[in-house]
Amino acid sequence: MKLNYRIVIFALAIIFGISFSVPSLLQTEQGKKITLGLDLQGGLHMLLGVKTEEATKSRIKSIAASVKHYAERKDVLIDHLVFDDSSVSFEVLDSDDLPKLKEYLAEIEGSDIVNIGELITLSLTPEEIIKTEKEAISQAIETIRNRLDQFGLAEPVVARQGEEKILVQLAGIKTQEEEQRARELISRAAKLELMAVDEDRAARVYAMSDTDAAEYGDVILEDAKNPAIKYLVREIPILDGGMLTDASMGFDQNNRPLINFKLNAEGAEIFGDFTGRSVGKRLAVVLDGKVYSAPNINERIGGGSGQISGSYTVMEAKDLAIALRSGSLLAPIYLMEKRSVGPSLGADSIKASLIALIGGFVLVIIFMIVYYRAAGVIANIALIANLFIILAVMSLFGATLTLPGMAGIVLTVGMAVDANVIISERIRELIYEGKSMHKAIEDGYSNAMRAILDANITTLIASVVLYAYGTGAIKGFAITMSIGILASMITAILGTHGIYQMLESKISKSKNNQFWFGIKG
Amino acid sequence: MEFFKYTRTFNFMGKSKVAMLLSTVLVLASYALLVTKGLNYGVDFAGGTVVQVKYDSAAPIDAMREKLKSNTLFNGATISEFGASDEVVIKMKSTTSNVTVDIGDVTRETLNGTGSYEIRRVDIVGPTVGAELKEKGVMALLLAMLGILVYVAFRFEWRFAVASIVALIHDISLALGAITLVGLDVNLDVLAALLTILGYSLNDTIIVFDRIREGVTKSRNSELSEIINDSITRTLARTTLTSLTTFFVVFTLFMFGGEIIHAFAFTLLVGIIVGTYSSIFVASPILLWFGFDVKNYHVKLASKAKREAEKQRMRDQYESGVM
Repeated sequence: MKLNYRIVIFALAIIFGISFSVPSLLQTEQGKKITLGLDLQGGLHMLLGVKTEEATKSRIKSIAASVKHYAERKDVLIDHLVFDDSSVSFEVLDSDDLPKLKEYLAEIEGSDIVNIGELITLSLTPEEIIKTEKEAISQAIETIRNRLDQFGLAEPVVARQGEEKILVQLAGIKTQEEEQRARELISRAAKLELMAVDEDRAARVYAMSDTDAAEYGDVILEDAKNPAIKYLVREIPILDGGMLTDASMGFDQNNRPLINFKLNAEGAEIFGDFTGRSVGKRLAVVLDGKVYSAPNINERIGGGSGQISGSYTVMEAKDLAIALRSGSLLAPIYLMEKRSVGPSLGADSIKASLIALIGGFVLVIIFMIVYYRAAGVIANIALIANLFIILAVMSLFGATLTLPGMAGIVLTVGMAVDANVIISERIRELIYEGKSMHKAIEDGYSNAMRAILDANITTLIASVVLYAYGTGAIKGFAITMSIGILASMITAILGTHGIYQMLESKISKSKNNQFWFGIKG
Repeated sequence: MEFFKYTRTFNFMGKSKVAMLLSTVLVLASYALLVTKGLNYGVDFAGGTVVQVKYDSAAPIDAMREKLKSNTLFNGATISEFGASDEVVIKMKSTTSNVTVDIGDVTRETLNGTGSYEIRRVDIVGPTVGAELKEKGVMALLLAMLGILVYVAFRFEWRFAVASIVALIHDISLALGAITLVGLDVNLDVLAALLTILGYSLNDTIIVFDRIREGVTKSRNSELSEIINDSITRTLARTTLTSLTTFFVVFTLFMFGGEIIHAFAFTLLVGIIVGTYSSIFVASPILLWFGFDVKNYHVKLASKAKREAEKQRMRDQYESGVM
């Protein structure tokens, strides 16, 4: 028995395989481990779309709000301030104000300003619309990520997929309620608006239709608790959640949960100005289009903080505060694809695929020993080493093991012995031809090599394509297959060759081909 | 132990006409099935919703059906047992786009009162995503074949490449035929299985082709059919053995892998059988019929060797400074 470079590499590969697969196999505290796919550990996978056209609409709306605020501050008299999906227009009463107003409007990025007489129409340029839509997607990703980071699940995945889809993956969701909560948190617009109640017409709200209200520049909003209660508020908000710096859960004097929020300096100023002007009127706190409260303004409110009260549970208040803190979604999101697997189904899948893996593995091992005897044992050593290397490589890269991935490992077991079958058949052939043991082994390997390489490379081509075009769990299949094939090059070809070279003198001396290769002669 | 002791060459090519007839009939039958019955696209490709429900005892399918009738969202929904009598899947064409309350939630609410159950899986695939996945799937199959075609043409010769692709198309067609016959839902996992068949069947074909290439290069015999017969016979033990071991593992997967992996395992089972057969009886005869000329190949090889030798000579001269 003598050492050769092949056996050294093989031994190193085995040591690598065992040491790096230990953390995954024994679930140790430290070390890199394989992550189980959502289909095996249970979890929620969603592909979300963004209604980007809504982002443009809300951009227009906020431009309208800032024009209004500017006019009020600078005592510029404007009238007929209206907006639709793509433009804002208003009339300037005193044409002397035109230059400074235009100067102000010119600072609004990406806007096209058309001025005919006293009428000014402001619309967004096509580039600005595209930019706004793109920003809406990035902002949605950022916002959802922020929210989920505070939700308390380990390693939520929020990523862009393609140009305009958002991939959300949440592992380790245990109950239906938890999933529901997560989905509510993700999709909540969390759009906070402080709006002025139109006190001049408020009494007539129940007799008005939406179009009637629109004529006055108002909207009718429902109460959050009781949809029968309606409020007539000015359509253009005083300010919106974009000026929010913080939100947290608190309690009112009756120990009911509520949300405290703080505004930034600009917001505080606008808020202060408005409340100072509107003493005796009501201020509606509107969240996602519903009025949460509409307290009377008793005095100017400085400092820029406020409260949203409502009848929610502690959990709801907490989630709402997270949503407000992480910012509102510029545009609503919708569901394009959802895959949710309960933890019990995941556990069942693990059990079933493990049984298949072990069952198939044992069958192959027995078969190889019966058919090839010692050569079969050598092939089996390579096969076991192969399994460890697959696990080790996957652990190192933190790869995800999915149910199809398990199938990939099962299949690799069947195909990895192929190389050894080819080699053993070649060696048997050469022994029959009466070649010396040394020649039979060396030529057996070199004859088999071309075929094995070509076969493996073509399978790799198929796997790579599958990885590139597959999604989710299917990618897992391509990963385990590819690693398995590459690992088999080291174990089944190099490794077994090394073992034969080490044992060569023994095999030559024994002349027992029945024992070594399972053939007579 | 030995299954096939190499004593004499089997005359495979003599049977090739019968085999080709059989293959043609099977492929045509598969296409007839595909046209008449059609592939049964699952939610992954067609879009739709699948809800898997597990009951504490046998699932009350009739009561469930009755409940689902209450909402038009469930129009055309089918309920079928999934592996065991206490577990069912509800499949429907409709999807919803609301994130907070989706069709899965509606299903859970609707089933209220049918017993004690747990929703174990909800798959909702919107129509755009389904169409995209389908497009990607077809692309994957075509690209894989193209990649293989190029590689085999490069490593062997174009006729080998075309022959192996014909064999692959044969295998995929029969697998699709079998899938249609048993009415399996075609989802992403079936696509993965088809791609695996591609790789597996090609493996087999290449092992045989490698022997043929070797036979053509080494032997003085210029009768291709004899070389092919000899090559197939010599690789027969390997072909059988590998097919058997792979068959074993896939069969255990099929039997014990659970209901979710069933379609995948079934497709693979068919693929292994068909792939083994095709590498012997489809790919090789095609090579023969394409008129692969052994003598011509010998001449080509000789001139290639000559060119190499010439290059080597030049290099030697250059290195020794003669030039």
